[in-house]
Formats: sequence, C-alpha cells, structure tokens
Amino acid sequence: MAVTSALASDPAARAGLSRDQLLEIYYWMRLTRSLEERLVNLYRQTKVVGGLFRSLGQEACAVGSAYALRREDVLSPLIRNLGSMLVKGATPVEVVRQYMATGNSPTRGRELNIHFGDLQERNFVGQISHLGDMVPVMAGVTLSFKLRKEPRVGLVYVGDGATSTGAFHEGINFAAVQRCPLVVIAENNGYAYSTPTSRQCAAERLADKAVGYGIPGLRADGNDVLATFEVTKQAVDRARSGGGVTLIELMTYRRKGHAEHDNQSYVPAGEIERWAAENDPLDRYVERLTGEGVSVSELEGIDARVVQEIDRATDLAEGSPPPEPRDGLLGVYADPPSAAALWYREGLRTAVEQHERPASWGTHDG
Amino acid sequence: MAEVTYLEGIRQALFEEMERDPNVFCLGEDIGAYGGAFKVTDGLLDRFGADRVIDTPISETGFVGAAAGAAHMGMRPVCEMQFIDFVSCAYSILTNYVATARYRAFLPCPMVVRGPSGGYVRGGPFHSQNPEAAFLHTPGLKIVYPATAGDAKGLMKAAIRDDDCVLFFEHKYLYRRIKEELPQGDHVVPIGKARVAREGTDLSIITYAATVWKSLEAAAQLEREDGLSVEVLDLRSLLPLDDEAIVATVRKTNRVLIVHEDTVTGGIAGEITARINDLAFEWLDAPVKRVAAHDVPLPYAPQLEDFVLPQVPDIVRAARWLAAY
Ligand SMILES: Cc1ncc(C[n+]2csc(CCOP(=O)(O)OP(=O)(O)O)c2C)c(N)n1
Repeated sequence: MAVTSALASDPAARAGLSRDQLLEIYYWMRLTRSLEERLVNLYRQTKVVGGLFRSLGQEACAVGSAYALRREDVLSPLIRNLGSMLVKGATPVEVVRQYMATGNSPTRGRELNIHFGDLQERNFVGQISHLGDMVPVMAGVTLSFKLRKEPRVGLVYVGDGATSTGAFHEGINFAAVQRCPLVVIAENNGYAYSTPTSRQCAAERLADKAVGYGIPGLRADGNDVLATFEVTKQAVDRARSGGGVTLIELMTYRRKGHAEHDNQSYVPAGEIERWAAENDPLDRYVERLTGEGVSVSELEGIDARVVQEIDRATDLAEGSPPPEPRDGLLGVYADPPSAAALWYREGLRTAVEQHERPASWGTHDG
Repeated sequence: MAEVTYLEGIRQALFEEMERDPNVFCLGEDIGAYGGAFKVTDGLLDRFGADRVIDTPISETGFVGAAAGAAHMGMRPVCEMQFIDFVSCAYSILTNYVATARYRAFLPCPMVVRGPSGGYVRGGPFHSQNPEAAFLHTPGLKIVYPATAGDAKGLMKAAIRDDDCVLFFEHKYLYRRIKEELPQGDHVVPIGKARVAREGTDLSIITYAATVWKSLEAAAQLEREDGLSVEVLDLRSLLPLDDEAIVATVRKTNRVLIVHEDTVTGGIAGEITARINDLAFEWLDAPVKRVAAHDVPLPYAPQLEDFVLPQVPDIVRAARWLAAY
C-alpha cells in the first residue's frame, strides 16, 4: 500500500528538531522496545500477572506523536502506546510494577499492565479496557481547556478497531462541534485482534472519517518517527491556536499478536517478516540518524543507558511488596461511607472499623 | 464416552443448533477464523461459512441491534461478547429495545447474547465482571448462568430455541476446569429450573456459576469437620428464578446461605432473600445470610482479587454461624 505523508518528504529538514532532540527520540523508541522485551522475559518467568501486550513495530507512532506535545498537554494512551507514556514521564519501574501487580505500583495492584495515569504531575490519563471510551473523556478534558482559556491540547489514541465503536464516534463528534483542542490519532496497524481493517471499516482510509465530522483528516507513515512527529505537531499547533479537532491516521503494522498468547495464525505468510525486514521504525530511524552523521557508538551509548535503567527498574519491581489485601477495600469513594458497612463477611469487619479513617483513604498516594 | 469441558459443551450446542436450524447464525468479534478469544466458536466457520459465522467490527451496540432486527425476521442470532464486560456497551439497545419489543410492539426477539464472565482469573476490573444483576431488573430478558458442562450445553440449546432474548453468561474460570460426560442425543436443559447439586438437611446454600464449586467444596469440608449436611442448590437460571426449588430447599433445611461472586449490594442475593421472606418465612430458623464480593470494582493483583471475591473459608465461616444460630 502506498503510504503518503504530507511532511515526510524532506529528510533534511529534521522536522525542526535539534540534534539532541533527535537523539532523545531515539532514546524513547529504544526504551520502549527494550522495556517490552524485558517484560517478555518476566512474562516467560511467570512474574507478570495476566497478559502481555506489545507495541513492536509501532514505537514510532507512540513516541513521535507524544513528542509533539508540551509538558502541560494531556495525553490518553492505549495498550500499544507505552512509548507515549514514557515520553510523558511514566517510568520503567512503574510499568514493571504494574505488570507484576505490586503493592506500590501506580494503581496499588488495582489495575493491570499500562492502565495507569498521572493527571497531577505528568498529564496522562489511564485508559480503561472498553475501546473508544477515552475519546469522549478527552473531549471533556480538552473542553475544560477551552472553557478556562488554557493554551493546552489533548491527544487521544485509538486503534483501527476502536474507530468502529459508538464511543469513538460520539466523542469525536462532540469535540468537533465544540472545537475542542483535541488531536485524535487512529493507529492503523492492520488488525484488531484477528480482524483485518478491511473487515472493520468499509472506507478505504480511516482518515476519511474526518469528513463526516467536519474536521481535517490526515494520514502519515507511522513507521517514520519524524513524519509522525510532524503530522502530530501540525495538528497540535492547529488545536492550540483554536482550530479544533484533527483526526490523524498513522499507517503501521502490529508485528506481534494481540497479546503474547496469540499465535497470529490468521496473518498471511510472510507479512510479518516483510514488515520486520523492510519497515522497522527503529532500523529506519537508525539509518536516518547515521546517514545524518550520528555515530553508531553514540547510539550504542544510549542503548547501554537504556539497559541500565531497565535493569534497575526490574530490580526495584522485583523487590516490591505485594498489595495488602485490605487495601482493596479502600478508595472507592472520596470519603469513607458515614456508617460502617451493613454487610460484612463473617469474621471480617471492614477496614472502616479498624481505623477511624485510614490515611490512604480515597487517595492514590502510594 | 469421553469427558467434555464446559467450553466444549457450549461449542457443541452452537454446532448442533446451527446444523439443526438454518436460521441460527453467530456474530461477534474474532469468532470466525480465529475461533473466538477463548475458542468457543472454533471450527464453526469451516463448517458453516462466513455468512453464518460473522466477524463483526468492534460495535457491540451495532451487532446486538442488528441481531434484534434479524430476529424480528425469523432468524436466531447468537451474539458473542468477547468478554461479557463489553455487554455494557450494548446495555441501552438490550434493555430499551430488545427487552421491550414483544410487549410494546408484538415483535419477537429470539436471540442469545453470550460471553465469558466472572473472575478468579486475575483479569482486572474490565475482564472479570458479573453484570447479571444489572439486567435482572429488566422484564423481557432472560438470564442463565450454568455451572456444569452438561448445563452449559443444555442451557445453550434451550437459549437458542427460546423465543425471547436470553443473556447467556459463561464462567471463564470454569471453561476448561470443569469436565463431565454428557448425555447422548439432544440434551436440552429447560430455562427456569434450578438443580440440586448436593443433597443435605442441615442448611442450604443457594448459588450459581463458579461459586457452585466453591460451595460444594465448603459443603464437603463442613461435613468432614462439623458433621453438617449441607444442601447446595445451583440456580442455573437467574431470570426467571426457580421459586419452587428455592422454597423446597428452605422447607427442607430451614437455614439459607446465598453465595454469589457479584458484589453484595444490589446483587441477586437480595432478591432471593426477599422472595424467601415472602414465600417461606415461617420455615426459617435463622436469618438468611449472604456471602458475596465486597462492594468494590474487582481489582487485579492476586492478593486483592482473592480478598475481594468470596472464597471457600468465607462460605464455611458463614455456614457455621448459620448452623449455630
Ligand atoms: C468495547 C470493546 N469491545 C471489545 C473489546 C475487546 N478487545 C480488546 S482489544 C480488541 C482489539 C483492538 O483492536 P484495535 O482497536 O485495532 O487496537 P490494536 O489492538 O490493533 O492496537 C478487542 C476487540 C474491548 N476492549 N472493548
């Protein structure tokens, strides 16, 4: 398929980024890939609770797009956007702790994999599993920017599959009507679980959906990290200057199964290998950087730093305590109910009766 | 004859019903070539083709609504929710459109909405739900939730043949853990009839789905350690509830413990308790007790999930309290 990009045509332009920034982008992509590889090891050692989801081959989509945001902008990632969370400030140790369900993980063991966020400091929102639901949520987040006249932008990701949900449609339509400063990225990686995009949507281009919402729809090569950066930057700038919502379709490919257990028997022979050999976003970027004079040893220095960080994160996570079972009863409401629960399991009174008001009640300060 | 898993029971029912009636067809996400996330529909595409085993876009409202339309026209669609948690996306069309169609407009909706539900599998808050109580309140729907392989097959056949919409909850913890030899031939289990899973005389545990097995384990322990004779009633159908079977067990043992995996507040145990008060209060020697999940979203970490969901020791403790009352 011929992927056209409005902006990827001029490799010399370097997307207006400095040499340091270009190397930083490389760092985020390498960190994403290596961290997931470490998670695979932990998964095979049965240290991961539940499933493992990879973004192999899609690192450029997540990193390039998130890099186009400012610190104060808010991002809502999906399961294959680990890279965007790292750019936003999520740390490897948080990610490993989440996957290992430790008591000091960002959600204190309540939620899984990369379902976590930090709206206080780092400006990313944790996703839920129900696909599409984060689009209306981000419509609301960005509506608040508009109402308060804050020069901030929101970015929300959906997969090709998630663009079929009612929530996606309702959210983007609402944001479009309200001219919210929102960028919606549809990451078209060819499959939703086993369903190819052609069975998901009859339109040839997901970007064409934008016509129906009265907003611009762009398409770019999602395996070219600078093209991804540029197209997102364009949409972010438009949003920040009051131009409203943009829908961006990033063309990429999911090289791993839906999750680690999926053997991808539904994928035509040779397809994965072809993408791996010819269109790996990291390989492409390395080639580009070295072509522009970055030395291999400089990149290897970054790789070594990444390994060190991941080693340290793994050690910290492996030394983390499991959650305290009774902690599972806390935090459903901002305040404890005024009366002790009417119901309790025989022999177990709820924590309400043990502590007047647990210090951690209603908060996520762990 | 070979033993068959709970999952295979459901698969056989789908297969046999599609063979029997050309109006039966399946739709859902990844149910075709992939055979479904849990492989419940494995092999159906090869046998029946892509017209009758339809891979849908991720559009629960869309394909549940489409199923209703097809059902009006005499088809018998079976919708798969990849996880039952996602039935919430189709809540409006199910409760507002499907459930009222016959009453309002004399339009039949013979369809099944099925999917893996329940916890004990470290699935976290969105892959472990038990949303049965959210639908219990909706006249016009039927709800079944089998605990055995035989019931999984027999109730699925009944659900597909039923002239109304049946929500068919499948417990994913039981999919491959529970096995039995199934009766030969056309094995249909009627909707609305409970099953005595274990006879007893000292107290009754009323339950369904995965907690049937937890309750049976507790009953065995109570017999061993306390000499108590515990009856376990497996409801199988939640809407309609089998009042007769509920009253019969109350009359027999005079003490009732209701166990379910769903959260306690607004759970089905509350409804059953009220019915017992209405229909058999004089037969009670003790207050009706319940053991259920704590009122929190289901957490992911094993330590938290184990704590929040009802476990065998919880059931044993509550039963002892009841027996001593
Ligand atoms: C409303 C809803 N229905 C079904 C699912 C189950 N499910 C989880 S991921 C997935 C496929 C997602 O595909 P896509 O949006 O293309 O993202 P990708 O996995 O390709 O990144 C499905 C069907 C869900 N999470 N939410």
